[in-house]
Amino acid sequence: MTPVVLALHDIVKHYRRPRQRLWAPGPVVQALRGVSLQVRAGQSMGIVGESGSGKSTLARVAMALERPTLGSVRWSGQDPNALDASDLRLARRHVQMVFQDPYGSLDPRQRIGQIVAEALESSAVAKAREQVEESLLAVGLSERDADKYPHEFSGGQRQRIAIARALITRPRLIVADEPVSALDVSVQAQVLNLLADLQEALGLTYLFISHDLAVVNHVCDEVAVMYAGRIVELGTPGQLFQAAAHPYTRALVGELPRDRPGVAHGPRRRLQAQTSVRVQAGPTLESGACAYAQRCAYRQARCQVEAPELRVISQGHQAACHVAESVMVEHLGEQ
Amino acid sequence: MSAAGTIERVDHDRTRPAAILEVSRLTGTLNTARGPAQALRGIDLSLAPGQTLGLAGESGCGKSMLALAVMGLLPAGAQVSGSIRFQGQELIGASDAALCRLRGNRIGMVFQEPMTTLNPLHRVGDQVAEPLRLHQGLSRASARAEAARLLDRVRLPHAAQSLRAYPHQLSGGQRQRVTIAMALACGPDLLIADEPTTALDVTTQREILELINELVAASGMTLLMISHDLDALARIADRMMVMYGGSVVESGPLDAVVTERAHPYTRGLFAARPRWSALGEQGAKRRLQTIPGRVPELADLPPGCAFSNRCAWTLDACRAGLPAALAIGPQHEARCVRLNEPGFRS
Repeated sequence: MTPVVLALHDIVKHYRRPRQRLWAPGPVVQALRGVSLQVRAGQSMGIVGESGSGKSTLARVAMALERPTLGSVRWSGQDPNALDASDLRLARRHVQMVFQDPYGSLDPRQRIGQIVAEALESSAVAKAREQVEESLLAVGLSERDADKYPHEFSGGQRQRIAIARALITRPRLIVADEPVSALDVSVQAQVLNLLADLQEALGLTYLFISHDLAVVNHVCDEVAVMYAGRIVELGTPGQLFQAAAHPYTRALVGELPRDRPGVAHGPRRRLQAQTSVRVQAGPTLESGACAYAQRCAYRQARCQVEAPELRVISQGHQAACHVAESVMVEHLGEQ
Repeated sequence: MSAAGTIERVDHDRTRPAAILEVSRLTGTLNTARGPAQALRGIDLSLAPGQTLGLAGESGCGKSMLALAVMGLLPAGAQVSGSIRFQGQELIGASDAALCRLRGNRIGMVFQEPMTTLNPLHRVGDQVAEPLRLHQGLSRASARAEAARLLDRVRLPHAAQSLRAYPHQLSGGQRQRVTIAMALACGPDLLIADEPTTALDVTTQREILELINELVAASGMTLLMISHDLDALARIADRMMVMYGGSVVESGPLDAVVTERAHPYTRGLFAARPRWSALGEQGAKRRLQTIPGRVPELADLPPGCAFSNRCAWTLDACRAGLPAALAIGPQHEARCVRLNEPGFRS
């Protein structure tokens, strides 16, 4: 087993929204309600969930951009929230981030060289230049690109620049928040291949946030499915997509069109209005019920009073559902 | 399907009279900073009433230009030739007044970004009522009542109260429902949806697709849906058209295009997606197939077949001129010079 690069333990994150009445405090939104996960060196952990499920809050907490309300974050054993500002700055070189929108994440007024070198604190300009070139080459750009501006590049190339910027501090962990969602299909494939190559060459660890299950399946060793601020299922892509044990995961997987080789998508696939998948805006505070109960096809009386804990279903596979086993058996039986 | 069968030029002049939209030999040139850009290069398409056509391709392939051309909304200075017939009426060269009578009336439009489609300063009820007052001359009160009915039909929650809402008070999916209600207001015969789900959340995307599907089926509208999302198109379309470099490289019944992928670009597009069939298979980590290079700017397309500089099968003949559309099955054609070589289509 390789060492744990990122460990989150029982993270709770509350946000207070602006007050709605003059004398009452604003309502509290529970963005994360007790999330624990570990990512080992060289592995890719995927985070799946719809908007509002807490994926991006999780990324911000993992990057120590937000302090958790409760719980702890460890970067290779070190607690970033316990460090003072200058030590945190130093520690940050080990974790980097790649964002979704390659148009919004690069300063249009800076040259690529400046953008990529920003994280370096080196005063030796010549050495910085060398590192920038190395970083650009690693992502398949040329050293001449350092003198250009972002507008001279296409979306895919910009995402390469964003990756080069993340690589320059030689991080252990890269948090990628929807890194290919804004890209066209053929470019998406190029960037996914690049991420895979870099992982192999540099031993990178990824926390990969995406709504696209096919992409997550392609990239990740392990996947966490989030719903309303909690991890509802955790396992390998094989476990999740072939033997889903949580009804929500099942609903997500069930919606996928599958094109078996040689068989068409089928004539006009009728979309089923089965379990309509939408999060209730702003999960309410103490209710004691499973957050998914209202939409769940497997709901039982117990689900309304007792929120299920994440528990082990099989080797390396966890789910937070009272009837996880029967959901899984049914899913397996359908294939 | 076997590659057998005679291959011949498709005769576009023999058109079915029933077609609601008939585009033939449409070319469009835009003036850009980099010189004239051939945004549309000889587009032919024919849509029968009630058909749903999915238009696929990456950004910069001319998909939206085709939609804008049909609606007469190409940017100023664009030169258009060829023919666009809507219900028998020629749209190229038609007066602005004539086009205005069609747009929002017989032809409904839904765009990608609902926040820019809607006017932030007007209540959504008034915006949905506008085409009704304009095209159908309804009174303020009856237009409002009709707007409420439309918002209910697109399943906007609390439709009656939402009439008074401003766009910023609605979520992205709700806004898109409003723009769909606007497009449907006058009961159009043709609905053009340009990336209607791209700016939305995944699960909202599904709901909007479902809604469009349902409305189209219920009203018998003809649908032209543009998307770069092949899965979305596969859920909604009967026919599929793949565009590259301003021309249609392949078009045919959905099944035929998806299974045969006759044109190398169609093949590349489908292969670049992580495959659903591999979903959950252990060891799915492998390299994805990519199309080398990137989509060229429309202003500097290579001569001949626009895909020739990225294609693995390129011959000299590819650069000689735009390949003719060859029939490869019932109503299925592609523009590639090597289509009839044995073993090329496997």
